[in-house]
Amino acid sequence: MGVENQFPIVQYVNEKGELIHDETKLDQNQLYEFYRTMLRARMMDKKCLNLQRQGRIGTYVQYEGQEAAQVGSALAVEDGDWMFPTYRDHAATMTFGHSLRNLFLYWKGRLEGSIPPEGKNIFPPAVPIASQLLHATGTAWAEKKKNSDRVSIVYFGDGATSEGDFHEGLNFASVFNTPVVFFNQNNGFAISVPMEKQMKSKTIAQKGLAYDIPSLRVDGNDIVAVYYETKKAVARARNGEGPTLIEAVTWRYGAHTTADDPSKYRDQQESEIRRETTDPLLRVERLLKNQGWWNDEEKGRMEEEITEEINHALKEAEGFKAADIDQLFDHVFAEPTWTIEEQREQHKRVGKEVSQ
Amino acid sequence: MTTVATEVKKLTMVQAITDAMRTMMREDESVLVLGEDVGVNGGVFRATDGLVQEFGEERVVDTPLAESGIIGTSVGLAVNGFKPICEMQFFGFIYPAFNQIMTHATRMRQRSLGRYTVPMVIRAPYGAGVKAPEIHSDSVEALFTHIPGLKVVTPSNAYDAKGLLIASIKDPDPVLFIEPMRCYRTGRTEVPEDNYSIPLGKASTVKEGNDVTILTWGAMVQDTVQAVQKWESAHEATCEIIDLRTLYPLDKEAIKQSVEKTGRVVVVHEAPETGGVSGDIISVINDAAFFYLKAPVQKVTGFDTPVPVYSLEQDYLPSARKVTAAVEHTLKY
Repeated sequence: MGVENQFPIVQYVNEKGELIHDETKLDQNQLYEFYRTMLRARMMDKKCLNLQRQGRIGTYVQYEGQEAAQVGSALAVEDGDWMFPTYRDHAATMTFGHSLRNLFLYWKGRLEGSIPPEGKNIFPPAVPIASQLLHATGTAWAEKKKNSDRVSIVYFGDGATSEGDFHEGLNFASVFNTPVVFFNQNNGFAISVPMEKQMKSKTIAQKGLAYDIPSLRVDGNDIVAVYYETKKAVARARNGEGPTLIEAVTWRYGAHTTADDPSKYRDQQESEIRRETTDPLLRVERLLKNQGWWNDEEKGRMEEEITEEINHALKEAEGFKAADIDQLFDHVFAEPTWTIEEQREQHKRVGKEVSQ
Repeated sequence: MTTVATEVKKLTMVQAITDAMRTMMREDESVLVLGEDVGVNGGVFRATDGLVQEFGEERVVDTPLAESGIIGTSVGLAVNGFKPICEMQFFGFIYPAFNQIMTHATRMRQRSLGRYTVPMVIRAPYGAGVKAPEIHSDSVEALFTHIPGLKVVTPSNAYDAKGLLIASIKDPDPVLFIEPMRCYRTGRTEVPEDNYSIPLGKASTVKEGNDVTILTWGAMVQDTVQAVQKWESAHEATCEIIDLRTLYPLDKEAIKQSVEKTGRVVVVHEAPETGGVSGDIISVINDAAFFYLKAPVQKVTGFDTPVPVYSLEQDYLPSARKVTAAVEHTLKY
């Protein structure tokens, strides 16, 4: 029997929208919060994709299809906790409190885009794959040393589990029993390379066995399962019981980025089928309908509100003051070195000469 | 620099390094020491000897054997209120951590516009001449002076080592502190017991002279002093020897003033020639003191080869004869 059999995919709500988890009591308001937050994330993603096509933002990284994984997990952590996103995790960061304006700014190539609101601990998105697992372990370690009950949640993909920093992050967290939730989104592809070429192991979760870290697989398109399983992991971390590895099995509908063409490496028909079957929003809609709680008007109202919110944030981002070259020189060190000051001075002097 | 020394001890450089860490750990509870074998073993060079006994395993941490893990988790610790001093067992073992240094430790301040900062010291023993095994003797400071957001510091004696390391620990940004292992136990100097700092970015004139400026650092300082003293006993000319101590940012003023006085320069370093810090030093001279030069600047460096295994390391290292030959060349030019 393969080790992967120890890690069945945990599902609370099946594709037909039926609750199949006995211990869970459904709450209409909570389900609407789930639905609305995923809808907000999806509408933001679509907006960004359109803006990229119009040349109003730069290269953009889509997450459509992964909303349940990101939103469900982000709702399971609290203010004061630490979040470590990659460049594909803004559904999680906007759920945790990142401003939509700053998300737009990030994709417009602005440093301000990485600044979280006061009181929210969100790292700038990690670009080097898996490097952020160590930061999450480190901040969690710091919280442990301070005897606080704050935890870290860190996002990463299936390809990231091939990197050394994935293994070092899990090992340090295990050895020092740090309060971290390692939240993997296994969307089946690292750009073009499918999971079966990436690794021989059948699951990501089983990699946690080597580090003696409690690990599980969850249906990453089932927000109810994601939310409650992440809550459990967060509670364990808060109680001093250390790290958890969660593998949320999901799918990205679109390309790796707007600079990628997925038809080069996979049949996009799969995404079209999944929109009708495993889609995370559709599942909550079916569940609400099955409960007799669905309301078309309510959905329409949500869409209007979210559209307004997004458009307002976009307007703020597009009207934002121009990027300032001094930011570049001012924030390398607490005090700029003389080489940086000379370069600043020369840049400004030559710039003036050219414009005269 | 002012120091109010109550008591002075004669220490080796490695003892002074331990003393600096102990001094700062007593003063600031956020200071941590992390690394491989830094706990009960006291580090392979004993630089952390006695620290775990005094400060406990929460503050002196034997980490798993993973350099990227040490630096990467320390980024998290540093952002969240601690001041990690990370020991790389040898400078030549730092390469797995390069990504964490290059893309995170040194960029966090910029990427977050100052919201998150990384006050971290990375210590690493470096350099050839102690008959160490392969890869243990690298001098790759130039790989790191090229990284924006990182200061690179190297002491050549016990007094400087303590003051520079304390300044590095107090610095609000990442500092790479490379320790010439050949100097760890060669001689003792007087080291005050107090907490004193030597400002980063300031060179030290080790020996004054009038005719040739020699710019160097690390283990090459003592070698150069010895070579020059012997040479001067048979020559009229005198050399000024400057220990740069900080390789980024360089002490432009000290370089400029000395070159204005002598007009002749030799740069000595044991790292490979191409892409070495000597190139930046010559660039500083070019900008700041070009019209004072009486001869082309000479370089005495390692070769553009890997640092050799120890049967050949004395051929690789700049020798006294190579240094004095370069001095003579600038004088005869």
